[in-house]
Formats: sequence, C-alpha cells, structure tokens
Amino acid sequence: MFLHLAVIAALFLAQFAASEYIVLMLTRIMVLAIFAIGYNLLFGYTGLLSLGHAMFFATGLYAAALGTTLMGLTVPAAFAFAVLAGLAVSLVMGVITLRASGVAFMIVTLMFSQAAFLTVLYFGEYTRGDEGIVIPDTIRKFAFLGFDVDLANAVLRYNLALAFLGCAIAFSLLIVRSRIGHILIAIRENETRTSMLGYDVQRYKLAAFVMSGTLSAFSGACYALMFAYAGSTLASIQYSIHPLLWTLLGGASTVLGPVLGTGLMFVLVDLASSYTNANLLMIGVVLILLVLFFPKGILGTIRERYWKWLP
Amino acid sequence: MADNRPKKHQEDDAMNGSKLIVPKKPGLSRRKAIKLMGAGAAAGLAAGPGFVRYAQAQSSEPIRIGFQVHRTGIGAAYGRWYERTTTAAAALINEQGGINGRKVEIIAEDDGTDPGRGAEVVEKFATQHKCDVGFGTLFSHVVMGSAPRAGELKLPYYVVSEGHHVASTGLNRYTFQPGITDVKSQVIAMAPWIAKNVGKKVCMIYPDFAFGHDHRDYFSAAIKAQGGDVNALIPIPPTESSFTRYFPQIPADTEVIYHVMVGPAVLTFVKELGEHFGSSHPALFGFIDSLEAVDLKSPGLEFLEGSYLWEAYPRFAGASPKPHDTFYREKVGVDANGASVSDAADISTFSHMFGCWETLFILKRAMESAGYQGPADKAKLIEATEAMTSFAEGNEHPQGDKQFNGKIHQCFGHQNITQVKSGVAEVVYRTTIEEGLYEPEGDYTKMAL
Repeated sequence: MFLHLAVIAALFLAQFAASEYIVLMLTRIMVLAIFAIGYNLLFGYTGLLSLGHAMFFATGLYAAALGTTLMGLTVPAAFAFAVLAGLAVSLVMGVITLRASGVAFMIVTLMFSQAAFLTVLYFGEYTRGDEGIVIPDTIRKFAFLGFDVDLANAVLRYNLALAFLGCAIAFSLLIVRSRIGHILIAIRENETRTSMLGYDVQRYKLAAFVMSGTLSAFSGACYALMFAYAGSTLASIQYSIHPLLWTLLGGASTVLGPVLGTGLMFVLVDLASSYTNANLLMIGVVLILLVLFFPKGILGTIRERYWKWLP
Repeated sequence: MADNRPKKHQEDDAMNGSKLIVPKKPGLSRRKAIKLMGAGAAAGLAAGPGFVRYAQAQSSEPIRIGFQVHRTGIGAAYGRWYERTTTAAAALINEQGGINGRKVEIIAEDDGTDPGRGAEVVEKFATQHKCDVGFGTLFSHVVMGSAPRAGELKLPYYVVSEGHHVASTGLNRYTFQPGITDVKSQVIAMAPWIAKNVGKKVCMIYPDFAFGHDHRDYFSAAIKAQGGDVNALIPIPPTESSFTRYFPQIPADTEVIYHVMVGPAVLTFVKELGEHFGSSHPALFGFIDSLEAVDLKSPGLEFLEGSYLWEAYPRFAGASPKPHDTFYREKVGVDANGASVSDAADISTFSHMFGCWETLFILKRAMESAGYQGPADKAKLIEATEAMTSFAEGNEHPQGDKQFNGKIHQCFGHQNITQVKSGVAEVVYRTTIEEGLYEPEGDYTKMAL
C-alpha cells in the first residue's frame, strides 16, 4: 500500500519537476495505464488472455465522443455514459465469450473485437470511420460542482488523469486483496479445483470480465475527452495487443506492473523513433531481452526474487 | 580448475564429500546485461534529441519546422517522397538566405501513419523540440488526431493532406492547408468535364471509409448539378483483397466507372476489372491517389489504357514543360516521367508531394510578412497566413497559381485530367481555379487565438 501511495505521490510531484513534454507524455501514459490495469484484472489475476480489449476501449472512446458531439451530453455525463456502455458491452461479451476457454477464448474475443472495428467503419456516417471525430474545445469546457473545468488545460488534465489512475490502482488493489481477488487467482491457478471447492467459477470469471471491460472503457472515454479525438485506429487490433504487451512488460498479476509497463513502452517508442525508422525492431529486441531476463515482467520478477509481499 | 561458486556451495559440497563440476557460464551474465541496458538507456536519454537540450533563446536559433512524416505505416511510400521534397525545398530556402535571415531546420519525426502517435509527435514538436510550426501531415486520420493537440498547444500546423477536414472549419485556428487543394474542390472542378466529355451515368466504386465517403458525397452532388446521375454506389470494405464479386453490381447502362481505390489492392482491382469487362467496357475515371508511387506500365494495369485520371500535378512532364516545372523536378530529383533520377523504378507521389514544396514557400512568405522572430509571434504568423489571397505560378508554386481563402484556411487551384496512352498519362484538360470554388462552410478567423 505504501509503495502504491509513493508512486501516486511521485507522479504528483513529477509535474513540478518534469518538462512540459514529459508532463504531456505522463498524462497519456496515466490514461492508458488505466486500460492496462483493467486488462490485468482479467489476464494477470484471472488467467484469461483476451485479444479483444480494443473493443472495450473503443466502446468508451466512442460513447464519450458521440455522446458529446451527437447526443449533446456534458463531459461528466459522457463519462458516466461511457462507463455504462462499457459495462453493458462487457457483460454481453462476457456471457458469450466465456463459453469458450484457452485458445478458443482468445480467438472469439479477437473476432468480436474485429467485428466491433468494422462496425465503427460501417457506421462511418456517425463515426467518420478511419478519419475520426474531433471533439471541439467548447464541449471540453464545462462547469462541475461549481468549478469551471477546461480539459484543454494541461495542468488540470494531468491531475485529473492522476486522480483517475489513483482510483484505478485503489480499485485493483481492493479487488486483489478481497475474497473475490483470491478466488480469481485460484481460478487462474487451478480452475477445476476451484470449481470442486464449490465456487461458481463462471460467475467469478464474468465478474472479472465485466470489471476489466468497464475499466478499459473508462480509459477510452478519458482518451477521447482529454485528447479531443476518437478514430477507428484506436479500435483496431493493435489496441488489443498494446495492453497485453504493457502488462507483460511491467509484470502481470502485479497492481503496478501495467502502469510501469505502459510508461516504459512509451519511453521506448519515443526514444527509438528519435533514432531510427526501425523503432519497432529496437523495441522488439528490448522486449526479447526483458523476456529473457525478466520472464514474469519487471515487477513480477522483482516480486519473485525480492519483494514477496508485492500485490 | 578454480571453483568460482559461492562459498556456501563449496562448503556444502565439502561436507557431502562430493564436488560438482560446474561449467563456467558463457557470454553475458544477467547482471552485466542489466547494467549494459541501464547504461544504454542513460546514454540514450543524455544524447536523445530534446530530452535535455532545447532551452536556448529562440532568436539566435534557426526556424524549426517540425515535419510530421509518415516514414512507416500505410503512408510510407508517400512519406518517403514528402521527405525528399521537403528536404529539397528547405535546402533551396536556406540557399536563398533562409527566413528573416534565419536558417530553416527541418526536424522530422515518424508518426507511423498513426493518429495516436501523430498527436504525440505534435506534442513533442511544441514542447520538446520547441518548433516554430508543425508541418507536412498527409493522411487525414493523422491530421484529425493531431490537429486538436496543435490547436491546444498553439502550434501553427500546416498540413498537406488533401482532405476536406481543414476547409470544413471543424478543426481550429492553428491548422492550415495552403499548399494543396481539398477533395471537395477537386471533384467539383472535374464533374462538369466528366459530364460533358465522358458520360453522365456514373457508377462509383470507392473504399468504404471516410476518404471514399467524401468522394461519394461530393461527387454525387457535383455530377447531379451537371445533369448527370450516379446510377450505383459500390463501397468496398477496407479489408477486401478481391473485387470480382462486386463488379456484377455495375449497372449495364453505366457510361463512366468512377474508381478511387487506394492501397496495395489497386493492382488487383484494375486487373480483375479488366478480366470482368474484357475489351468492351464503360469509360474509366480514376484518382491518381490509387496509383501514386506505382508505375503505370506495371503488369496488370494494361486495362487502364485509354482511361482518365485526376492529377493535381501531372506526373509526366510532356513535350514542352514549363521552366519552373523543370526547375522543381531537378531540385527534388524527379525525371520527366515522375520517377527518381537515380532509380527509374522508384516512382514518386508527384500529384501530392508538391504540396510540401509550396507550403514551405508559403510559410516563408507568411513569416516574412509577419516579421516572425520567434514563438511570441505565432499569433502574427496566423494572421499573416490568413491575410494571404493568392500565390503566383513559378518556382515556388510549380503546380500552378492558387487562391487562398483565409477564412477556411484552404487554397484552391487548378486540377488536371489526364488520359493514359501507351502507359503515359497525358493532360487532356486543366480546370480553372473558379471551377473548384465553393461557398465557405465557416470562418476560422472568428475563433480566438
């Protein structure tokens, strides 16, 4: 718990010490780290490898973007709408996809995600397909609890992203340490035994799926509203692979692993693209080295070797 | 052989009366590798462009132009030529004394033709590289993802995209498209000639995403205004790799097939269209976008013989090119066939890349007009750009003269209709600027700076 608070405090202090660019980059990292934290609940703690989480991210993204631009919702209402949409979509998808397991589960989630991507293109009249939607600055200025909020304000946006990330970490920590979290880990370790002990495994898996999907949708809504853009690229398969990579890099089944992984990957991409067009190759090499030397991700390996208490 | 294992292990073995033979670990140890990676990362941070530098006063620095280039991703072929053109234009501007006595420095960053990364690159230009302007983006979705960031960070952002997004006035006051016309203007300009010379019953085949939808909407309206009719709309899903099953949807009374397919599937598209129709077929009218960086004499493109193409700037110089056309080709390194002078198989994206050249000279003119000295003068630069009204044909504007509408941040120019004859596209009609004009949809100048 102390470590997690320290990370939040460090991120809070970073805005006073870091350059403007780093602050902007950290804002984006924090928003996307929420996506990774959501993914980790399903993959890291429950052991279900989804290849379709772009679908949930896009649900939040488009619920927020279309909610504000077409339906006339205010930003707070759009956040709420995106969470509800994420919850509904992940519930329906969970009921369907959790009938499969293992490789079949991966394929089914991938297929549904691809269908969602094509749906975005199909309804191009509303979504503007690949070109996407720009959310006007006028919409991103609103009054909330007596305060004037402007999401174009970099300082405000940074602290808002930090607050949301703090909530996501706290939520993840709460789940992991609760009875539900222990059952999810039990499912991951031995599903048959957990079932034999009398737990309704399917129900717990569905709960993990819905929590994961809803957090991902919330992250999508944050992305759309904070960076004023929603486009079909953000619903494509690469956004299903990203959270998997971030989680693996930082350490699956650790609360802070996804945050660390997201941050490291951003820095790697940014540094590598400054030197070479083959930046993905460079990143690939680094990932191979990390897999060789940190097979359980950075925090996962640290936990295994040194900090056994790390949640 | 010396036993290098920990002392405890040696003692355990001694007590057990045994001695294990442990092979010496070859190569890099884990600890050494981690140290090396750490050192590498630290060195990268120290030497990396922008992480610790860029704090000097702007006035003594060159004019920094952040070039958002599609080096990788779907736009890489365009990006390669955009970069060559930009480099050539910047070199010429510097030869001529720079801008306001300051040299021009192009700071290029790959955006992967991705709107997410594009937005990050714009942030990097504005806050890390401390660029004076952002420039050069082509693909519409990257423009759409990046423009809000440019507006928010007050980075003047000059795109070379062809999309209608800027002129729609849906972006912001900091985003301009002064060097290339937009798709709405292009189709409006060409529709009268198509209706008069090729046919009035048009079947449109287009990619089922925003770029194709723009063509569908603007051309449908434009041909109707000419007394023509779109008798069928055939959208092709972006994942499609074979097109034969769509061709039976083309009505029998079709006079013109309007095609605007993009990407690597275009060769298959043309080949299959030829196989479907054989020697008797409706007239074809297509956009060169499909065939940029592609040799018109490529196997499979024989079916295009006799067909018409839209080109902003004709790839083939023709028998009597204008002096500024020759000058431009020479500076960029393109021959009279639109290919690289060093490799005839390396076909340029000639109909788009001139936009980079012209935009840089417009930027130079705007900065000089504004007396631009540094970021504090960004508002003056915006207003100076908005105040422009026309650009004369010449070395700085080899594609032709243009009108600029400061209210919608968009230029209007001539369009060319070419016909493919023996694998060479020859100009058959050049539109007037007036044919491509339309009513402004808004006014950026009313937005706050």
